[in-house]
Amino acid sequence: MIRTLVIQGSYLAASVFFILGLRSLTRPDSARRGMQQAAVGMLLAVVGTLLHHEIVEYRWILVGLGVGAVAGYPMGMWVPMTAMPQRIAASHLFGALAATLVGVAEFAKLGFGAQVPRPLMAALGFEVLFGALTVTGSFLAFAKLQELLPGAPITFRGQNALNALLFAAALGIFGWLVHDPGSPRAFALLVALALAIGLSVVLPIGGADMPVVISLLNSYAGLASAATGFAIGNDVLIIAGALDGASGFILSVIMSRAMNRSFRNVLFGAFGSPQAAAARGAAGLAVRAITAEDAAVRLAWARSVIVVPGYGLAVAQAQHQIKELADLIERNGGEVRYAIHPVAGRMPGHMNVLLAEADVPYEKLKEMEEVNPAFPACDVALVVGANDVVNPAARSDPASPIYGMPILDVDRAKSAIVLKRSMGPGFAGIENPLFTAERTSMLFGDARESLRRLVELVKQA
Amino acid sequence: MAGGATQLVEIYVFVLAGFVGFLVITRVPPLLHTPLMSATNAISGISLVGSLAAAGAGHSALTTALGTVAVAAATVNVVGGFLITDRMLKMFRRGGPAAPREKGATGGEGAGGGQGGEPGKGGKSGAGGERA
Repeated sequence: MIRTLVIQGSYLAASVFFILGLRSLTRPDSARRGMQQAAVGMLLAVVGTLLHHEIVEYRWILVGLGVGAVAGYPMGMWVPMTAMPQRIAASHLFGALAATLVGVAEFAKLGFGAQVPRPLMAALGFEVLFGALTVTGSFLAFAKLQELLPGAPITFRGQNALNALLFAAALGIFGWLVHDPGSPRAFALLVALALAIGLSVVLPIGGADMPVVISLLNSYAGLASAATGFAIGNDVLIIAGALDGASGFILSVIMSRAMNRSFRNVLFGAFGSPQAAAARGAAGLAVRAITAEDAAVRLAWARSVIVVPGYGLAVAQAQHQIKELADLIERNGGEVRYAIHPVAGRMPGHMNVLLAEADVPYEKLKEMEEVNPAFPACDVALVVGANDVVNPAARSDPASPIYGMPILDVDRAKSAIVLKRSMGPGFAGIENPLFTAERTSMLFGDARESLRRLVELVKQA
Repeated sequence: MAGGATQLVEIYVFVLAGFVGFLVITRVPPLLHTPLMSATNAISGISLVGSLAAAGAGHSALTTALGTVAVAAATVNVVGGFLITDRMLKMFRRGGPAAPREKGATGGEGAGGGQGGEPGKGGKSGAGGERA
């Protein structure tokens, strides 16, 4: 009796600490302490669980904890910030894997479904459905982000029909299982279908859409956890899963809004359809290239500079160089701000983490709505590895595939310098009129190399 | 798992927790969206609780094996998730002329993913002063 109270008390405390931890994330100053408290909450819940009378054997638990901790430590401490998107995808995978396996174990424990009451079967069904599709979906996302697979959308004919078929089959089997839980084959088939759905949903999605996918998988992993809570009658799992699910859902809505995709698209994951509109030729429009020397002079004398980072900054790992350049401009009396588009990079908040790593104070990292009115008064907008998020066609050209997407108003700055590897189109293969605009100068080359050169030259200027 | 009443209460809990999550998370600034993701990942590592029950119940070799793998997977998220969240949050600093680095100020006990006497704990103490 006392034991039950202690266990439930530890769960309640953990739930409260989790909510407080998430609340602390509303302010950067309080965030760290709040999350440390959440970690304490987790510790309490784990210790509480180990007291449970159902747990009679500790040997394998210790093995699992040991292996997990040994694998988790490097994933926490050694993964570079530039690899954060794939790191997050991997942790969705692990979370969903745990939920799925617990679901399968629970099913096996109850006579392979023979002793499973219907409501419990519904919970188990949701658990393995969301869990298994998140496992394969996250794995595919990880492989794309890690560039084990091409980042571009992989599509084939009949893809949508196949997806619809898989969904329908999974729902049918789910219904059948709830009606008649004692059929291990149907259960196995449900898991297999869910694994296939995860693959088929993420396969057609390209790199630039990854922020939405990652958020959505976050949500699914949370829902799988919550379903685990329902299945084993554990409230702290339900609460943590609901928090996780809500967070992923909100993030995917924010991300999709920032890409001008509809809410329905998010719910059904039917985004990332191949951009059929191929790049229309840039013929006739000249690009003004600029030398590093000229760019350095302009930056050295600029009163106001807005840096616009994109995925290219992460690829080139140039966050430290950009900060060095910004320091020099500030020493010359200029003001430097950073304009962060919500979907710049490959996951929500990607650019913020990178720049924070380079020691850029966070109040200089400006959100889109806040910074856009500042562009007309800005002397130089320095675009580093960003493309679609600064494409004015989104504002002016109804024929553009990204028409309607909110963008950073770089084209309204007094002048813009764009650091770019080559003149190739952006990820989505969309023409960008900013690059041929009159006030824009292009500085070609590897972003890190270009920035290093600019730092040297501004020092001399 | 008893009667229908328990399940109804569980649905209450789910809906209310989702509501709380919605209220709290909509207020998280985009600045901290990546830490938010790794934080919710770490928190959903609470499925460790369910995995422990499966691994330790001694029901059958199959459930123990599934449970053990689940414990390992969930532990990766708990240890790695809290550590990386802390590592990221440590980087966000305020600017200004004084620019005080909060070095070691909050590097308290029980931070990171250190749990159950796992190695996660050891690395914590020195982490505060890592960045020169």
